[in-house]
Amino acid sequence: MASLAALALPLAKVGEVGKDFFHERSSETLSCQANPDKLFCFEWAKDNIDRYGTPTVQHIELVAISILAGFAVAFALALLAHRHHWLRTPLLAGTGALYTVPSVAFFFLLLPLTGRGRDTAIIALSAYTLQIIYRNTMTGLANVPASVKDAGRGMGLTGRQLLWRVELPLATPEIVAGLRIATVSTVALATLAVFAGGGGLGDPIYDHITFTTNIILAGGIAMLMAIAFDLILLGIQRLATPWLRAARGQA
Amino acid sequence: MTATLLTHLPVGSIGGAIEFIFQSQSSSVTGGKEVGGLTQTIELALTQLEVTVLAVALSMAIALPIGLYLGHRGVGEALAVALGNAGRAVPELALIAFMAAVIGVGLFNVTIALSILGIPPILTNAFVGIRQVDRASVDAARGVGMTEAEILMKVEMPLAVPTLMTGIRGATIAIVATATIAPLAGVLTLGDYILNRNVYGEDGVLAGAIVVALLALTLEFALAGLQRLLTSRGLRLRPA
Repeated sequence: MASLAALALPLAKVGEVGKDFFHERSSETLSCQANPDKLFCFEWAKDNIDRYGTPTVQHIELVAISILAGFAVAFALALLAHRHHWLRTPLLAGTGALYTVPSVAFFFLLLPLTGRGRDTAIIALSAYTLQIIYRNTMTGLANVPASVKDAGRGMGLTGRQLLWRVELPLATPEIVAGLRIATVSTVALATLAVFAGGGGLGDPIYDHITFTTNIILAGGIAMLMAIAFDLILLGIQRLATPWLRAARGQA
Repeated sequence: MTATLLTHLPVGSIGGAIEFIFQSQSSSVTGGKEVGGLTQTIELALTQLEVTVLAVALSMAIALPIGLYLGHRGVGEALAVALGNAGRAVPELALIAFMAAVIGVGLFNVTIALSILGIPPILTNAFVGIRQVDRASVDAARGVGMTEAEILMKVEMPLAVPTLMTGIRGATIAIVATATIAPLAGVLTLGDYILNRNVYGEDGVLAGAIVVALLALTLEFALAGLQRLLTSRGLRLRPA
């Protein structure tokens, strides 16, 4: 433990994040930290849970904005590729390459262009969602049965009407499945936004990286947030696809 | 408050970063000691590669047998799916910090921490890959007298290679990315350039980011090539 503390000290000095997270009220913090064998200090957690309010709100903002931006771009790309087949492979390769670049490296590659702060974190985080949302949207559109499209055309739908009234509604389950995977991973990944100066739950973790009560609290909030986002998206999907519920009821 | 301060920190230039990768330079913090340069870059990159390979191997050793067995028997779907979902929700920074605080720092401990990230994608994809194999093929294999082990090794696994490799590639990307923050747990990877701004300077930070990105892309290309080699020729001809 001593070696770890010694290691964290120079890093803490380097840390570019807010130092004021663990200000004052340090008596409880210290008594808790003085006992490193204690994995989770319930007393401290009870007294200090309010400190996690701002990072939690920041985290929600990071995730929500990144997902909305990522979805807008990926969905537009998917619709383009749906119309122009030759775009499919290059777009899949391009989004795949973005997905491969490690997040921490991505943040620092963006710094010369966008500077430190939340914008950089959001750009990188939304870049990671492109691949999965794009791929799932394409799969969903490809899985629409040809007979259904033929029926739609037979009823006199134009290409645009067919897309918005037949193909996209039928592809909704797969599109939302992609969104759910992207959202859950983004909630986890957003803890790294601290390295871009983007705030979020990574802030308290990085500020006090050897204090397990703090890590469990911040990490636990992030995991609960991932579950909550997942359930919300599942609810949205249920509401958006009433015909699936009807079919299930009949079966 | 801090956020506004951070916005105005200077950042490195691409040219300076590339020079930093190849040519060591003196750092004001280390008392003029030379930092950066090709020797240190290669050393850090090799450490990152080492801890990545070890962690991927460890997660494969744990996840592949379980995933293949469950997939072959067709049981435990709920477990495989739940584990895959839960794995995505684990915050990387919290995991590294928690494991470092609980089991300590060093290469061995970081390997264990990183392998936790690799287990869910490998296990879930192994399960799904084996389950997706056409039951008629398995029945045919059983009919010509193959043992269960033979069915798994000679029929199910070759047919599941694309899905198996998807899991391994996903695990490798997640692990190499997270290995970038391994310096927080005492293992000096390329992330050292990135996290120790005051030692390496702005050019060093950018240099670290460039080399990490190249390392990850190289691994991804290598694994994509490996997947092509492992996929039987008959499957390769089939459109994906």
